[in-house]
Amino acid sequence: MAKNVLIVGGGLSGTIVANGLCRQLGNEMRNNEVSITMLGATDTHMYQPGLLYLPFGRIRESELFRDQRKVLDRRVPYHIDPAKQIDVEGNQVVTESGKTYSYDYLVIATGSRIRPENVPGMEEGAHWFYDLEGARKMRDALEAFEGGKIVVNVNAPHKCPVAPLEITFMLHDYLSGRGLMDKTEITYTYPIGRLHALEPVAMWTQPEFDKYGIKYETFFNTKEVDPAAKTISSEEEVTLPYDLLVTIPPHSGAQVIEDSDLGAGGWVPTGRESLLREGSENVFVVGDTTNIPISKAGSTAHFEADTIIDNIASLCTEGRWARNYDGKVFCFIETGMSTGTYVWFNYTTPPNPGPPSQMLHWFKLAYNRMYWLSARGLL
Amino acid sequence: MTQRTKIDARGAYCPGPLMELIATLKLVEIGDEIEVWSSDKGSANDIPEWVAKVRHEMVGIDECDGYWSIVVRKAK
Repeated sequence: MAKNVLIVGGGLSGTIVANGLCRQLGNEMRNNEVSITMLGATDTHMYQPGLLYLPFGRIRESELFRDQRKVLDRRVPYHIDPAKQIDVEGNQVVTESGKTYSYDYLVIATGSRIRPENVPGMEEGAHWFYDLEGARKMRDALEAFEGGKIVVNVNAPHKCPVAPLEITFMLHDYLSGRGLMDKTEITYTYPIGRLHALEPVAMWTQPEFDKYGIKYETFFNTKEVDPAAKTISSEEEVTLPYDLLVTIPPHSGAQVIEDSDLGAGGWVPTGRESLLREGSENVFVVGDTTNIPISKAGSTAHFEADTIIDNIASLCTEGRWARNYDGKVFCFIETGMSTGTYVWFNYTTPPNPGPPSQMLHWFKLAYNRMYWLSARGLL
Repeated sequence: MTQRTKIDARGAYCPGPLMELIATLKLVEIGDEIEVWSSDKGSANDIPEWVAKVRHEMVGIDECDGYWSIVVRKAK
Protein backbone atom coordinates (compact mmCIF):
# COMPACT_ATOMS: atom_id res chain seq x y z
CA MET A 1 0.00 0.00 0.00
CA ALA A 2 1.29 3.42 -0.94
CA LYS A 3 1.94 5.82 1.90
CA ASN A 4 0.08 9.10 1.54
CA VAL A 5 1.78 12.17 2.97
CA LEU A 6 -0.58 15.14 3.20
CA ILE A 7 0.81 18.62 3.86
CA VAL A 8 -1.68 21.24 5.01
CA GLY A 9 -0.34 24.71 4.33
CA GLY A 10 1.66 26.10 1.41
CA GLY A 11 3.98 28.49 3.22
CA LEU A 12 7.70 28.10 3.76
CA SER A 13 7.71 25.15 6.15
CA GLY A 14 5.17 23.06 4.22
CA THR A 15 6.97 23.77 0.96
CA ILE A 16 10.39 22.80 2.34
CA VAL A 17 8.93 19.57 3.71
CA ALA A 18 7.30 18.73 0.38
CA ASN A 19 10.39 19.46 -1.69
CA GLY A 20 12.73 17.77 0.76
CA LEU A 21 10.61 14.61 0.80
CA CYS A 22 10.67 14.54 -3.00
CA ARG A 23 14.46 14.60 -2.91
CA GLN A 24 14.64 11.78 -0.38
CA LEU A 25 11.78 9.64 -1.64
CA GLY A 26 12.20 9.96 -5.41
CA ASN A 27 12.46 6.22 -5.98
CA GLU A 28 9.48 5.44 -3.77
CA MET A 29 7.39 8.11 -5.52
CA ARG A 30 8.38 6.72 -8.93
CA ASN A 31 7.31 3.24 -7.81
CA ASN A 32 4.01 4.59 -6.43
CA GLU A 33 4.98 3.56 -2.91
CA VAL A 34 4.74 7.12 -1.60
CA SER A 35 2.57 10.05 -2.68
CA ILE A 36 2.80 13.62 -1.43
CA THR A 37 -0.09 16.10 -1.66
CA MET A 38 -0.28 19.72 -0.54
CA LEU A 39 -3.30 21.86 0.32
CA GLY A 40 -2.83 25.63 0.28
CA ALA A 41 -4.74 28.89 0.15
CA THR A 42 -3.14 30.80 -2.70
CA ASP A 43 -1.30 30.33 -6.00
CA THR A 44 1.54 32.62 -4.91
CA HIS A 45 4.35 32.10 -2.43
CA MET A 46 5.45 35.23 -0.58
CA TYR A 47 8.90 35.86 0.91
CA GLN A 48 7.59 37.34 4.14
CA PRO A 49 10.87 38.73 5.56
CA GLY A 50 11.12 40.92 2.46
CA LEU A 51 8.20 42.97 3.77
CA LEU A 52 10.66 44.60 6.19
CA TYR A 53 12.27 46.45 3.29
CA LEU A 54 9.11 47.44 1.45
CA PRO A 55 8.19 50.55 3.50
CA PHE A 56 11.63 51.99 2.73
CA GLY A 57 11.52 51.29 -0.99
CA ARG A 58 14.41 48.83 -0.63
CA ILE A 59 12.68 45.90 -2.33
CA ARG A 60 10.32 45.63 -5.28
CA GLU A 61 7.00 43.93 -4.67
CA SER A 62 7.66 41.57 -7.55
CA GLU A 63 10.75 40.28 -5.70
CA LEU A 64 8.51 39.02 -2.90
CA PHE A 65 6.45 36.61 -4.96
CA ARG A 66 6.83 33.41 -6.95
CA ASP A 67 4.26 31.04 -8.43
CA GLN A 68 3.79 28.39 -5.73
CA ARG A 69 3.54 25.64 -8.32
CA LYS A 70 6.99 26.61 -9.62
CA VAL A 71 8.50 26.68 -6.13
CA LEU A 72 7.01 23.27 -5.41
CA ASP A 73 8.41 20.06 -6.89
CA ARG A 74 6.26 19.15 -9.88
CA ARG A 75 5.64 15.67 -8.45
CA VAL A 76 3.52 17.19 -5.65
CA PRO A 77 -0.12 17.87 -6.56
CA TYR A 78 -0.97 21.29 -5.16
CA HIS A 79 -4.62 22.11 -4.50
CA ILE A 80 -5.75 25.64 -3.75
CA ASP A 81 -8.38 24.36 -1.40
CA PRO A 82 -7.60 25.13 2.25
CA ALA A 83 -8.32 22.65 5.02
CA LYS A 84 -11.57 23.30 6.83
CA GLN A 85 -11.53 20.42 9.30
CA ILE A 86 -8.58 18.27 10.36
CA ASP A 87 -9.65 14.93 11.83
CA VAL A 88 -6.58 13.43 13.50
CA GLU A 89 -8.57 10.46 14.84
CA GLY A 90 -9.95 9.56 11.41
CA ASN A 91 -6.69 10.39 9.58
CA GLN A 92 -8.42 12.68 7.11
CA VAL A 93 -8.79 16.34 6.20
CA VAL A 94 -11.90 18.00 4.78
CA THR A 95 -11.33 21.08 2.63
CA GLU A 96 -13.27 24.27 2.02
CA SER A 97 -14.65 22.78 -1.20
CA GLY A 98 -15.90 19.69 0.63
CA LYS A 99 -13.29 17.22 -0.61
CA THR A 100 -11.83 14.67 1.80
CA TYR A 101 -8.15 13.71 1.79
CA SER A 102 -6.96 10.73 3.82
CA TYR A 103 -3.36 10.35 4.93
CA ASP A 104 -0.82 8.04 6.50
CA TYR A 105 1.33 10.98 7.58
CA LEU A 106 0.01 14.50 8.05
CA VAL A 107 2.15 17.64 8.24
CA ILE A 108 0.32 20.63 9.70
CA ALA A 109 1.93 23.83 8.43
CA THR A 110 -0.91 26.33 8.68
CA GLY A 111 1.25 29.11 10.12
CA SER A 112 0.26 32.26 11.98
CA ARG A 113 -1.59 35.47 11.15
CA ILE A 114 -1.65 38.98 12.52
CA ARG A 115 -4.62 39.99 14.64
CA PRO A 116 -4.61 43.81 15.02
CA GLU A 117 -8.38 43.60 15.55
CA ASN A 118 -7.69 42.03 18.96
CA VAL A 119 -6.51 45.38 20.33
CA PRO A 120 -9.15 48.15 20.39
CA GLY A 121 -8.30 50.92 17.95
CA MET A 122 -5.21 49.22 16.50
CA GLU A 123 -6.63 48.53 13.03
CA GLU A 124 -7.69 52.16 12.64
CA GLY A 125 -4.76 53.86 14.32
CA ALA A 126 -1.65 51.82 13.58
CA HIS A 127 0.59 50.85 10.69
CA TRP A 128 2.44 47.56 10.32
CA PHE A 129 4.60 45.74 7.79
CA TYR A 130 3.66 42.12 8.55
CA ASP A 131 1.43 41.80 5.49
CA LEU A 132 1.58 43.29 2.01
CA GLU A 133 -1.30 45.70 2.39
CA GLY A 134 0.05 46.94 5.73
CA ALA A 135 3.56 47.38 4.34
CA ARG A 136 2.20 49.39 1.40
CA LYS A 137 0.25 51.68 3.74
CA MET A 138 3.29 52.11 5.96
CA ARG A 139 5.36 53.03 2.89
CA ASP A 140 2.82 55.74 2.04
CA ALA A 141 2.75 56.99 5.64
CA LEU A 142 6.54 57.18 5.77
CA GLU A 143 6.70 59.11 2.52
CA ALA A 144 4.27 61.66 3.96
CA PHE A 145 6.04 61.82 7.34
CA GLU A 146 7.79 65.14 7.95
CA GLY A 147 8.82 64.69 11.58
CA GLY A 148 7.11 64.10 14.91
CA LYS A 149 6.66 61.26 17.37
CA ILE A 150 6.98 57.67 16.14
CA VAL A 151 6.03 54.81 18.45
CA VAL A 152 7.23 51.31 17.56
CA ASN A 153 4.94 49.06 19.56
CA VAL A 154 5.57 45.33 20.10
CA ASN A 155 2.86 42.84 21.07
CA ALA A 156 2.98 39.16 22.01
CA PRO A 157 2.90 36.65 20.53
CA HIS A 158 4.47 37.64 17.25
CA LYS A 159 6.63 36.03 14.62
CA CYS A 160 10.14 37.07 13.64
CA PRO A 161 11.22 38.25 17.10
CA VAL A 162 14.05 40.46 15.82
CA ALA A 163 11.95 42.35 13.25
CA PRO A 164 10.80 45.01 15.77
CA LEU A 165 14.43 45.92 16.43
CA GLU A 166 15.26 45.88 12.74
CA ILE A 167 12.41 48.20 11.81
CA THR A 168 13.43 50.58 14.60
CA PHE A 169 17.07 50.79 13.46
CA MET A 170 15.99 51.09 9.84
CA LEU A 171 13.52 53.86 10.66
CA HIS A 172 16.33 55.74 12.35
CA ASP A 173 18.63 55.38 9.33
CA TYR A 174 15.86 56.17 6.84
CA LEU A 175 14.78 59.32 8.66
CA SER A 176 18.39 60.40 9.20
CA GLY A 177 18.90 60.07 5.46
CA ARG A 178 15.94 62.35 4.87
CA GLY A 179 17.28 64.85 7.40
CA LEU A 180 14.27 64.37 9.67
CA MET A 181 15.78 62.83 12.81
CA ASP A 182 16.43 66.22 14.40
CA LYS A 183 12.68 66.77 14.52
CA THR A 184 11.67 63.15 15.14
CA GLU A 185 11.42 61.17 18.36
CA ILE A 186 11.29 57.37 18.15
CA THR A 187 9.96 55.45 21.16
CA TYR A 188 10.09 51.64 21.23
CA THR A 189 7.75 49.73 23.54
CA TYR A 190 8.17 46.12 24.70
CA PRO A 191 5.96 43.94 26.93
CA ILE A 192 8.62 42.80 29.41
CA GLY A 193 11.21 44.60 31.51
CA ARG A 194 13.91 44.76 28.84
CA LEU A 195 14.19 45.58 25.14
CA HIS A 196 14.07 42.05 23.76
CA ALA A 197 13.07 38.59 24.92
CA LEU A 198 16.62 37.35 24.37
CA GLU A 199 18.61 38.83 27.23
CA PRO A 200 21.93 39.07 25.30
CA VAL A 201 20.10 40.83 22.46
CA ALA A 202 18.42 43.18 24.95
CA MET A 203 21.77 43.99 26.55
CA TRP A 204 23.28 44.69 23.14
CA THR A 205 20.31 46.80 22.02
CA GLN A 206 20.09 49.22 24.93
CA PRO A 207 23.41 51.04 24.35
CA GLU A 208 22.68 51.06 20.60
CA PHE A 209 19.33 52.74 21.23
CA ASP A 210 20.99 55.17 23.64
CA LYS A 211 23.63 56.00 21.03
CA TYR A 212 20.98 56.86 18.46
CA GLY A 213 18.69 58.66 20.90
CA ILE A 214 15.92 56.08 20.51
CA LYS A 215 13.69 56.13 23.57
CA TYR A 216 12.08 53.05 25.08
CA GLU A 217 9.23 52.07 27.35
CA THR A 218 9.49 48.56 28.79
CA PHE A 219 6.67 46.77 30.63
CA PHE A 220 4.29 48.09 27.99
CA ASN A 221 1.45 45.63 27.34
CA THR A 222 -0.88 47.32 24.89
CA LYS A 223 -4.39 47.95 26.14
CA GLU A 224 -5.81 50.18 23.40
CA VAL A 225 -5.11 52.67 20.67
CA ASP A 226 -7.09 55.91 20.39
CA PRO A 227 -6.88 56.86 16.69
CA ALA A 228 -8.65 60.20 17.23
CA ALA A 229 -6.43 61.38 20.07
CA LYS A 230 -3.42 59.63 18.48
CA THR A 231 -2.40 57.89 21.68
CA ILE A 232 -1.54 54.32 22.64
CA SER A 233 -2.10 53.09 26.20
CA SER A 234 -0.81 50.12 28.16
CA GLU A 235 -2.15 47.83 30.87
CA GLU A 236 0.50 49.47 33.07
CA GLU A 237 -1.39 52.78 32.62
CA VAL A 238 1.21 54.49 30.48
CA THR A 239 -0.11 56.57 27.56
CA LEU A 240 2.13 57.63 24.69
CA PRO A 241 1.19 60.21 22.04
CA TYR A 242 2.17 59.47 18.45
CA ASP A 243 2.15 61.00 15.00
CA LEU A 244 3.02 57.65 13.41
CA LEU A 245 2.32 54.36 15.17
CA VAL A 246 4.16 51.31 13.86
CA THR A 247 2.95 48.17 15.57
CA ILE A 248 3.91 44.53 15.58
CA PRO A 249 0.37 43.19 16.05
CA PRO A 250 -0.41 40.18 18.23
CA HIS A 251 -0.60 36.93 16.25
CA SER A 252 -2.70 33.79 16.40
CA GLY A 253 -2.61 30.50 14.56
CA ALA A 254 -4.93 29.44 11.76
CA GLN A 255 -8.67 29.27 12.26
CA VAL A 256 -8.77 25.65 11.07
CA ILE A 257 -6.69 24.62 14.08
CA GLU A 258 -9.21 26.08 16.51
CA ASP A 259 -12.17 24.80 14.45
CA SER A 260 -10.67 21.31 14.56
CA ASP A 261 -10.11 21.58 18.33
CA LEU A 262 -6.39 21.03 17.87
CA GLY A 263 -5.11 23.85 20.04
CA ALA A 264 -6.04 27.10 21.77
CA GLY A 265 -5.13 30.19 19.81
CA GLY A 266 -4.46 28.08 16.73
CA TRP A 267 -1.23 26.67 18.21
CA VAL A 268 -0.96 22.89 18.18
CA PRO A 269 0.54 21.21 21.29
CA THR A 270 3.68 19.64 19.85
CA GLY A 271 6.60 17.59 21.14
CA ARG A 272 9.58 19.93 21.27
CA GLU A 273 12.00 17.29 19.97
CA SER A 274 9.78 14.92 17.98
CA LEU A 275 7.68 17.70 16.35
CA LEU A 276 4.78 15.25 16.58
CA ARG A 277 1.39 16.52 17.67
CA GLU A 278 0.92 15.50 21.30
CA GLY A 279 -1.19 12.32 21.25
CA SER A 280 -0.41 11.43 17.62
CA GLU A 281 2.26 9.26 16.06
CA ASN A 282 1.63 10.24 12.44
CA VAL A 283 0.84 13.96 12.70
CA PHE A 284 3.81 16.32 12.44
CA VAL A 285 3.58 20.04 13.16
CA VAL A 286 6.02 22.54 11.70
CA GLY A 287 6.80 26.26 11.78
CA ASP A 288 4.65 28.88 13.45
CA THR A 289 1.84 26.36 14.00
CA THR A 290 3.48 24.60 16.97
CA ASN A 291 3.04 25.68 20.57
CA ILE A 292 6.72 25.02 21.25
CA PRO A 293 8.17 27.94 23.24
CA ILE A 294 10.60 28.89 20.51
CA SER A 295 10.90 31.74 17.98
CA LYS A 296 8.22 31.82 15.32
CA ALA A 297 10.59 32.50 12.47
CA GLY A 298 11.48 31.28 9.02
CA SER A 299 14.72 29.70 10.18
CA THR A 300 12.89 27.79 12.91
CA ALA A 301 10.48 26.51 10.29
CA HIS A 302 13.41 25.57 8.05
CA PHE A 303 15.34 23.59 10.66
CA GLU A 304 12.17 21.92 11.93
CA ALA A 305 11.23 21.01 8.36
CA ASP A 306 14.63 19.38 7.79
CA THR A 307 14.02 17.18 10.85
CA ILE A 308 10.54 16.21 9.72
CA ILE A 309 11.79 15.36 6.22
CA ASP A 310 14.36 12.97 7.69
CA ASN A 311 11.81 11.35 9.98
CA ILE A 312 9.02 10.87 7.44
CA ALA A 313 11.50 9.59 4.85
CA SER A 314 12.99 7.21 7.38
CA LEU A 315 9.59 6.00 8.58
CA CYS A 316 8.47 5.40 4.99
CA THR A 317 11.59 3.56 3.89
CA GLU A 318 13.01 1.96 7.04
CA GLY A 319 10.11 2.00 9.46
CA ARG A 320 12.22 3.79 12.05
CA TRP A 321 12.68 7.21 13.61
CA ALA A 322 15.67 9.20 12.31
CA ARG A 323 16.44 12.05 14.69
CA ASN A 324 15.10 14.71 17.04
CA TYR A 325 14.92 18.48 16.57
CA ASP A 326 17.50 20.27 18.73
CA GLY A 327 15.79 23.67 18.84
CA LYS A 328 18.12 25.29 16.31
CA VAL A 329 17.29 28.86 15.24
CA PHE A 330 19.40 31.30 13.20
CA CYS A 331 18.28 34.87 12.58
CA PHE A 332 19.95 37.74 10.79
CA ILE A 333 19.40 41.13 12.44
CA GLU A 334 19.53 44.30 10.37
CA THR A 335 21.02 47.01 12.57
CA GLY A 336 20.40 49.82 10.10
CA MET A 337 20.40 50.30 6.35
CA SER A 338 24.03 49.22 5.95
CA THR A 339 25.00 46.97 8.88
CA GLY A 340 23.72 43.72 10.33
CA THR A 341 24.45 40.96 12.82
CA TYR A 342 22.96 37.56 13.66
CA VAL A 343 22.02 35.24 16.50
CA TRP A 344 21.86 31.48 16.59
CA PHE A 345 20.88 29.21 19.46
CA ASN A 346 19.28 25.88 20.26
CA TYR A 347 17.75 24.23 23.32
CA THR A 348 21.14 24.01 25.05
CA THR A 349 23.18 26.87 23.57
CA PRO A 350 22.25 30.46 24.44
CA PRO A 351 22.45 33.18 21.79
CA ASN A 352 25.38 35.56 21.63
CA PRO A 353 25.02 38.34 19.03
CA GLY A 354 28.27 39.56 17.53
CA PRO A 355 29.25 43.09 16.55
CA PRO A 356 27.33 44.42 13.52
CA SER A 357 29.15 44.56 10.22
CA GLN A 358 28.52 45.60 6.65
CA MET A 359 29.37 42.07 5.47
CA LEU A 360 26.57 40.52 7.53
CA HIS A 361 24.14 43.09 6.12
CA TRP A 362 25.19 42.07 2.61
CA PHE A 363 24.82 38.43 3.59
CA LYS A 364 21.24 39.11 4.64
CA LEU A 365 20.58 40.90 1.37
CA ALA A 366 22.01 37.90 -0.45
CA TYR A 367 19.80 35.58 1.56
CA ASN A 368 16.79 37.62 0.46
CA ARG A 369 17.49 36.11 -2.98
CA MET A 370 18.72 32.72 -1.77
CA TYR A 371 15.45 32.18 0.12
CA TRP A 372 13.97 30.60 -2.98
CA LEU A 373 16.64 27.92 -2.83
CA SER A 374 15.63 27.22 0.79
CA ALA A 375 11.98 26.90 -0.18
CA ARG A 376 12.96 24.51 -2.97
CA GLY A 377 14.83 22.36 -0.45
CA LEU A 378 18.24 23.08 -1.99
CA LEU A 379 19.79 25.27 0.73
CA MET B 1 -13.75 25.37 37.58
CA THR B 2 -10.21 26.71 37.56
CA GLN B 3 -8.06 25.36 34.75
CA ARG B 4 -4.29 25.15 34.89
CA THR B 5 -2.23 25.37 31.70
CA LYS B 6 1.39 24.24 31.78
CA ILE B 7 4.14 25.84 29.71
CA ASP B 8 7.36 23.88 29.55
CA ALA B 9 9.74 26.70 28.63
CA ARG B 10 12.88 24.98 29.86
CA GLY B 11 15.71 25.79 27.47
CA ALA B 12 13.56 28.37 25.69
CA TYR B 13 15.73 31.38 24.96
CA CYS B 14 13.44 33.16 22.54
CA PRO B 15 10.79 34.36 23.03
CA GLY B 16 11.42 33.01 26.53
CA PRO B 17 9.29 32.00 29.50
CA LEU B 18 7.82 35.43 30.28
CA MET B 19 6.78 36.14 26.68
CA GLU B 20 5.21 32.67 26.53
CA LEU B 21 3.32 33.46 29.73
CA ILE B 22 2.05 36.76 28.28
CA ALA B 23 0.87 35.03 25.10
CA THR B 24 -0.84 32.22 26.99
CA LEU B 25 -2.61 34.58 29.42
CA LYS B 26 -4.51 35.94 26.41
CA LEU B 27 -5.94 32.47 25.75
CA VAL B 28 -7.27 31.55 29.21
CA GLU B 29 -10.18 32.73 31.37
CA ILE B 30 -9.98 35.03 34.38
CA GLY B 31 -9.24 32.89 37.43
CA ASP B 32 -7.36 30.25 35.44
CA GLU B 33 -3.78 29.44 36.37
CA ILE B 34 -0.67 29.05 34.27
CA GLU B 35 2.30 27.03 35.45
CA VAL B 36 5.55 28.02 33.74
CA TRP B 37 8.60 25.76 33.88
CA SER B 38 11.76 27.71 33.27
CA SER B 39 15.40 26.69 33.43
CA ASP B 40 16.35 30.39 33.46
CA LYS B 41 16.94 31.57 37.01
CA GLY B 42 16.03 35.09 35.91
CA SER B 43 12.42 33.98 35.39
CA ALA B 44 12.02 33.65 39.16
CA ASN B 45 12.49 37.43 39.31
CA ASP B 46 11.22 38.56 35.90
CA ILE B 47 7.84 36.85 36.07
CA PRO B 48 6.81 38.06 39.56
CA GLU B 49 7.95 41.57 38.62
CA TRP B 50 5.82 41.52 35.45
CA VAL B 51 2.83 39.96 37.26
CA ALA B 52 2.94 42.75 39.86
CA LYS B 53 3.21 45.43 37.17
CA VAL B 54 0.24 44.14 35.18
CA ARG B 55 -1.67 43.19 38.34
CA HIS B 56 -2.25 39.49 37.89
CA GLU B 57 -1.63 37.19 40.88
CA MET B 58 1.36 35.09 41.85
CA VAL B 59 0.32 31.69 43.18
CA GLY B 60 3.78 30.33 43.92
CA ILE B 61 7.38 29.65 42.92
CA ASP B 62 9.13 26.34 43.50
CA GLU B 63 12.73 25.47 42.73
CA CYS B 64 12.69 21.97 41.26
CA ASP B 65 15.42 19.73 39.90
CA GLY B 66 17.22 22.13 37.56
CA TYR B 67 14.29 24.40 36.84
CA TRP B 68 11.75 26.73 38.43
CA SER B 69 8.01 26.16 38.52
CA ILE B 70 6.16 29.48 38.62
CA VAL B 71 2.37 29.58 38.91
CA VAL B 72 0.36 32.69 37.96
CA ARG B 73 -3.37 33.32 38.16
CA LYS B 74 -5.09 35.53 35.58
CA ALA B 75 -6.76 38.27 37.58
CA LYS B 76 -8.36 40.49 34.95
